Amino acid sequence: MLTAEGISYKIGQNTLVKDISFSMRPGELLLVLGANGAGKSTLLRMLSGEKKSSCGHIKLYQKEISDYPPQELALKRAVLNQQNIVTMAFSAEEIVMMGRYPHYKNNPGQTDLNIIDEVLQLCGITSLRTRSYLSLSGGEQQRVQLARTLAQIWDIPGALLLLDEPVAALDVQYQQQTLAIARQLAKRGFMVLGILHDINLAAQYADRILMLKKGRKWYDGSPAEVLSSKSIYEIFEIDSDIYTNPRTLKHFFIPKDVPIELNNQISI
Amino acid sequence: MVKQRVFLYLMLSGLLISSAVLSLCVGAVGIPLKEVLVILGKKFGLFSQWPVSAQYEGVLNIVRIPRVLLGLLVGAALGISGAAIQGIFRNPLAEPSLIGISAGASLMAVLIIVLELSLFAALSNLLGYYLLVFGAFAGAGIASLIVYQLSRNEGKSNVATMLLAGIAINALAGALTGLVTFAADDHQLRNITFWMLGSLAGATWETVLAISPFVMIPLLLLPPMGKALNTFALGELQASQLGLKINKVKRNIVILSTMAVGASVAVSGIISFVGLLVPHTVRLLIGVDNKQVLPASALCGALMLTLADMLCRTLLAPVELPIGVITALLGTPLFLYILVKDKKKLVL
Repeated sequence: MLTAEGISYKIGQNTLVKDISFSMRPGELLLVLGANGAGKSTLLRMLSGEKKSSCGHIKLYQKEISDYPPQELALKRAVLNQQNIVTMAFSAEEIVMMGRYPHYKNNPGQTDLNIIDEVLQLCGITSLRTRSYLSLSGGEQQRVQLARTLAQIWDIPGALLLLDEPVAALDVQYQQQTLAIARQLAKRGFMVLGILHDINLAAQYADRILMLKKGRKWYDGSPAEVLSSKSIYEIFEIDSDIYTNPRTLKHFFIPKDVPIELNNQISI
Repeated sequence: MVKQRVFLYLMLSGLLISSAVLSLCVGAVGIPLKEVLVILGKKFGLFSQWPVSAQYEGVLNIVRIPRVLLGLLVGAALGISGAAIQGIFRNPLAEPSLIGISAGASLMAVLIIVLELSLFAALSNLLGYYLLVFGAFAGAGIASLIVYQLSRNEGKSNVATMLLAGIAINALAGALTGLVTFAADDHQLRNITFWMLGSLAGATWETVLAISPFVMIPLLLLPPMGKALNTFALGELQASQLGLKINKVKRNIVILSTMAVGASVAVSGIISFVGLLVPHTVRLLIGVDNKQVLPASALCGALMLTLADMLCRTLLAPVELPIGVITALLGTPLFLYILVKDKKKLVL
């Protein structure tokens, strides 16, 4: 169980997250949508325990997130960050192994090695395992980081998995694959919370969608409940049409053209 | 994998021991290998009835053995601290002499040399050395704190700022050292010049004893932190998400490595580029896993300094080259090579 009760985050005069409450349980894939600057990443960083809420409570399994010692928290939640800059030429496998670091002291056990094999395969990077991380493409690096994050909580049922824009650097095949993995993990009993920019991808995979605007929770519900021309206009300020996929009965949206007139007088 | 590693460590240790023994043989007075081995053996109660030349024994005991031991300690200290500092700064160019840590240490050391004779004249020799080592340690610590704080931006290390901060600290420490030299007498002046170039010529049993604890503690405590240091390569945020108390780890690693750098600067001056050359060579040989890189850098550093010291005693014998000249000659091309190779990556 993850519960947020009235959490807010302020920097100086700016309130980045305002009075958000929600809860989620194991088995759920919750995807967060919102325009740039809506507070999605800040919310995720509060849930990960990195940023402290200025009021309210965040509880992971009835225990305040800030009360967890770092080591214990690392065994209950894993985070895939938006930006991952690695500075030394570690191999892909060594990077993924770092996800198991909280589980062993000096040398990895057989369980750790097996888990590495599993997540490498799941993320489709078994063939890259001995390659230097620095020589990989952006998308490959992203999948290595996903594998590392999965390795961290692979054998911990009910753990929290936080994904900050997990598909940003990926092509369409791996976007689908990543979200499919996220959905499978939720089915296996993890709590998966992710931030996405792609509304259709969210509609396709999410059990539940949270829409944020100006740091507040604006909509919260199943894709069918929250996706409408009205809600998308409120959140993203674009006009769109919502359709239903006749085969899967899931919603998808198509944006309308945005009229922009360039002034000819502007000299370059 | 494991076998390879064991082989590598055995090979390094073998090379290290043989070059140390060889280094005992060469110098202004050449000593035959057999004599060296016999004299060393006597220390462990072997060959007690074998005759040895008193002159050779004297040279070995008073000059050579402390010098070789000092080279081993200083080399190991510079090698391991170079590797650790690069890990914690998340930056392959973070090298103690380059980013001003050594300069901070040397400034404090010079200050103490000039002030000590008047203030602490009553202190015995060894205590005086300890004071020197502590001073250098403090100087190194302050310098690394300044560079670290300056080069951080939202949890990321900025290479350009780090190197520029290093230039600033080097220049400031250089200027202040120059200023202090005006207050120095002739004897102190000679000591100070030797700081600037780096040399093992000041080796005595006192200096060896003085820095031993300050080098041995980091040598023992840093290698077990290799796993923690690895996660720093992912980023500080990522490391903390993996359950690492990053501030504690950072503090410990910075204290231990500046302790090693400070101690070696206090007795041998600024020997530049060892902290760059050694970890890079090690990473080329065995990969970047810090669990291996840290101990291997200590071994390689000791090996490299022993060889370099041997060179500077024999190249222009009987005149002696400062060891810093040799390491800089070897290190600068490597530094430039890394700069060119990583030109794109260094602009963060």
